Amino acid sequence: MTDPILEVRDLQTHFFTADGVVRAVDGVSFEVYEEEIVGIVGESGAGKSVAAASIMRLVEDPGEVVGGEVSFKGEPIVEFEETEAGTRRPTDAMLSNREMRERIRGREIAIIFQDPMESLNPVFTVGGQLREFIEINRDVGESEAREIAVEMLREVGIPEPRERLDDYPHQFSGGMRQRVLIAMALSCEPSLIIADEPTTALDVTVEGQILEQVADLQEKYGTSFIWVTHDLGVVAEICDRVNVMYLGQMAEQAAVDALFHDTRHPYTDALLDSLPRPDRTVEELRPIAGVMPEAINPPSGCRFHTRCPDAREVCRQVNPDARDVSESDERPHRAACLKHEDVFHEDYWSSPPIDNETDSGFAVGRTDAGGSGDE
Amino acid sequence: MATTGSTSDEVLDTDEGVGEADSEIESRVGWRYTLGQVKGDPTALAGLVVICFMSGLAAFATLDAVVFDYLSEYAVFAQFGMRKYWIAETFWISPVKEPLGARRLLPPAPLDNAYGQGTWDHPLGTDDRGRDILVRLVYGSRIAISVGAIATVVGMVGGTVVGAVAGYYGGWVDDVLMRAVETLYAIPFFILVLSFIAVFGRNLAFVMVGVGIASIPTFSRLIRSEVVSVREEDYIEAAEAAGVRDRNIIARHVIPNSFAPVLVQGTLQIGTAILIVAGLSFLGFGVQPPTPSWGQMLSKSRGVMIENVWFSIWPGLCILVTVVAFNMFGDGLRDALDPRLKN
Amino acid sequence: MSDTRDPGDATGQAGRTAAGASAGDDPLLRVEGLTKLFKNDSGFLSWLTVDRDADGVPVTADREWVRAVEDVSFEIRRGETLGLVGESGCGKSTLARTLLRLIDPTEGDVYFEGDNLAELSGEALRRKRKDMQIIFQDPQSSLDPRMKVGPIVEEPMRAHDMLDDEGREERARELLSRVGLDPQHYNRHPHAFSGGQRQRINLARALSVNPDFVVCDEPTSALDASIQAQVLNTMRRLQEEFGLTYLFISHDLSVIRHISDRVAVMYLGEVVELADKEELYENPQHPYTQALLDSIPVPDPRESETRGVLEGDVPSPIEPPSGCRFRTRCPELIAPAEYDLTDAEWAAVRAFTRRVVRHGFEMTTQADLEAEFFGDTRPGGPAGEALDRAFVLLERKEPDAAADHLRDSFIEPSICAREQPSYEVDPEYGDGRHFCACHLQRDEELTH
Repeated sequence: MTDPILEVRDLQTHFFTADGVVRAVDGVSFEVYEEEIVGIVGESGAGKSVAAASIMRLVEDPGEVVGGEVSFKGEPIVEFEETEAGTRRPTDAMLSNREMRERIRGREIAIIFQDPMESLNPVFTVGGQLREFIEINRDVGESEAREIAVEMLREVGIPEPRERLDDYPHQFSGGMRQRVLIAMALSCEPSLIIADEPTTALDVTVEGQILEQVADLQEKYGTSFIWVTHDLGVVAEICDRVNVMYLGQMAEQAAVDALFHDTRHPYTDALLDSLPRPDRTVEELRPIAGVMPEAINPPSGCRFHTRCPDAREVCRQVNPDARDVSESDERPHRAACLKHEDVFHEDYWSSPPIDNETDSGFAVGRTDAGGSGDE
Repeated sequence: MATTGSTSDEVLDTDEGVGEADSEIESRVGWRYTLGQVKGDPTALAGLVVICFMSGLAAFATLDAVVFDYLSEYAVFAQFGMRKYWIAETFWISPVKEPLGARRLLPPAPLDNAYGQGTWDHPLGTDDRGRDILVRLVYGSRIAISVGAIATVVGMVGGTVVGAVAGYYGGWVDDVLMRAVETLYAIPFFILVLSFIAVFGRNLAFVMVGVGIASIPTFSRLIRSEVVSVREEDYIEAAEAAGVRDRNIIARHVIPNSFAPVLVQGTLQIGTAILIVAGLSFLGFGVQPPTPSWGQMLSKSRGVMIENVWFSIWPGLCILVTVVAFNMFGDGLRDALDPRLKN
Repeated sequence: MSDTRDPGDATGQAGRTAAGASAGDDPLLRVEGLTKLFKNDSGFLSWLTVDRDADGVPVTADREWVRAVEDVSFEIRRGETLGLVGESGCGKSTLARTLLRLIDPTEGDVYFEGDNLAELSGEALRRKRKDMQIIFQDPQSSLDPRMKVGPIVEEPMRAHDMLDDEGREERARELLSRVGLDPQHYNRHPHAFSGGQRQRINLARALSVNPDFVVCDEPTSALDASIQAQVLNTMRRLQEEFGLTYLFISHDLSVIRHISDRVAVMYLGEVVELADKEELYENPQHPYTQALLDSIPVPDPRESETRGVLEGDVPSPIEPPSGCRFRTRCPELIAPAEYDLTDAEWAAVRAFTRRVVRHGFEMTTQADLEAEFFGDTRPGGPAGEALDRAFVLLERKEPDAAADHLRDSFIEPSICAREQPSYEVDPEYGDGRHFCACHLQRDEELTH
């Protein structure tokens, strides 16, 4: 495999709030290779959207990228160095905001958000916005930009593209608006598109249309995608490799088939078990115990140990990073779980188990009065 | 899927994070939080202090002028010599009677004018009939504050009921009520109050009610727009689905959740009502002499402004300070309530 | 959990009759021809249209109606869960609110425990509400932020004068623990709870008056997957403990498959298919159901081959298509009887017609178009003549006329555009009724 086009190392993005520092992204590493779709999946609060925004340096106040490295085709988007005082500061080589704006955003890396209505200005026509975006980022004249806009709209499956250029965003349906954004993202032929839950607000048939369209376009243009989602179904459908995040950290990173069929982290396992299936009747769901703790006050040790069915005492003390746990003949498969003792060397199996099922389970006795069940 | 008898669905969502969030959020709903916000805002706090001071004066004046007057009709109290303006007359000076050997239009104590040197007996000077301005201002506060408060309460209650009912039911109820309210709104405020007085008489009570009714449109339009959005909330529909009676839904859910802007407007409206009533007193409507009121003092001073400008300045200043105080407090209240409204 | 459920519930009629035996075979709820139209305007004169060019009075009264729910009929049996699935805007929430009489139906009847809800009003309706409750999608907005949990749960009891103050508090605390919360939470405000916990409070409130029937309107859509599983499991347990009947509304086919006994699929205001769960998922007959099932992403990369994408968007419910409402997007539109076309020819004609109607291409020459769409499957006869005419119109740069012509020649004469479908299908799984509103079933029914 060639070098990755995007490399993220130990990325840290913190939010400085009145109540304390929220470590939304806390040491996340992953890479994106050419012509692949990489998923970032996790529940709400896992930090997946913040991680995506950090790559573009689009984190909003009070959030700030405070550490780690992001390099895109060798250019340092985020890079920090230690000062003599022991604090961190951005290096001189790190791209300036101006360089980000002029060279990276839109041209090299484009982003698609969940709510297309917020990304399109309601008082300008769709065509106008698309054309302007193309003019700025591709250095072409107005009429040429207009032609490209029509071509792109047709490409993403919008009927009557020439007529619809003069329509306003509200005259498009949700799915069509999302297509416009995809057209906009693709129009400058970037190397990487970050899609932040782009189909979450859409109906399943429309989502299906868009997923298929994206798969086709990805093949045609050879663009890489980072696909941020909470939906493991979408991940299975579209991604080549997957990163599973939990509470600001990576839990598991693997090729899509290995993630679903050779799961190496208890969180991924539990997440898959808790899903009802469209293709078969699941009589009983097995939910994950408890709720995700607040990122402002994460648990000690492994962040998942408070809900993990496989947790042991050692998990309270040691916070594992995601390490390669694959067999020698496999593609890399990273998991942040101490139960891979041959990789982590932490005496996991001799540590006493933590019983999360009863620990965080139903603490208050349920009265049987009036109950007809036998529980 | 092999494990059986799992209790995982009985999992009680862990309490982590709930505890601390609890106290913080809990208080955001309550009055304590709002007051805390106001206290942190110097402008609003200053307004609040002035309002409290004026209200204290007004309460004292009401006791002396109204409560004692009422009680003195009973022999039990009359035998102590209880009468209207008992405290003022016993300890200082009557706010209504001309003192013997009155000196008219004296300036404040350290100054002098054509009528003589001010004296510390009358620190702010005397009026056209030789009465002490200070004591009349104190007793005039009663009218200003009570008229402002009562008129606003009338407007708030009436406006809230009309607006909440219109907004909650919508349809033709909304059309009829709001068109009626708009009709009221189309008539200039002052003219509306004047015609009200013309019909019902110059009695102070009618003036207050008139000013209140004239302010109903402001309140009802405000709360209606709020109610229209609140009524789309699922908890309203949940209450309907549960079979809660409409009047209880309106009283328990709709009004409490749409009331914040009305409260802010109410505070501001008190200031407006004070101005209106002062204006009416100035024109000779409202409270009748010799009962002191700021507007009436201002009216009286009009003819002698050249001789003793202070006679005009003091009541004007009182009106100004009070109205500004209510506005400052109202703005602060709005800021305090706003973050919660946005949530 | 699963072994305490009536095993028959999931699989067929036998179990259900047993479950409903005590109450006879009467369904708990029967909906007949329910229709809800909304006025598509607001303001008291907005239904008037001013036409300046008109002769005489330039004002016409013209009301547009949004046909949100039209002629829907089904039954819900005691103790079962009927899943109602459809995409946003298909009218499923309106249907739920109409049958609970939260909004008034335009037409139709809803029989619930012997009363026609559509005819009840005032106090009688209010009293009836004790037996039917609803749980909403948004855990944020469904609880009054100014009330504490205790009074929230007690409110329905107060409305129906159940118990005294003390009794209500006791029951509220017990319900909190039954839904999986700590009774100590009685004095907290809803803000202090997570989404999943708030849905549990909603459950406790709904159950406080001991209802028979609970409508669940997307109760887990706003929750994360792991929390959704917790809440779904709790809902199943409560159904058993309280003997509840659910109407479970969701856009999520996976959730519906997990929780339902029978499933109804809605499209554009109509129920297009209704069958037992296994039957519907394993033997779907309506092309829309099939498309839905094909497009849902399966959380398994080895299963995600088919995506069966539907074309276009849902039409406006103001002027829904005639006949079968799905026909404008249906991949299996039936050829008009007057043409004698092979399947391949009809597929080509259909694809071409759709593209012209949607203006999906730039004008090229007739030869190119023919090659692209028809190749060697160009139909002859009357169909061929109709196509020739369309090509002529396209050559003349009159795409709208061409579209109209194709529509009149190939779509309008189809049975799909002329008649409203309604068929019964022989089920392959179980022996419940299988209703399918698709004309493809017309031949099967003849043999019936």
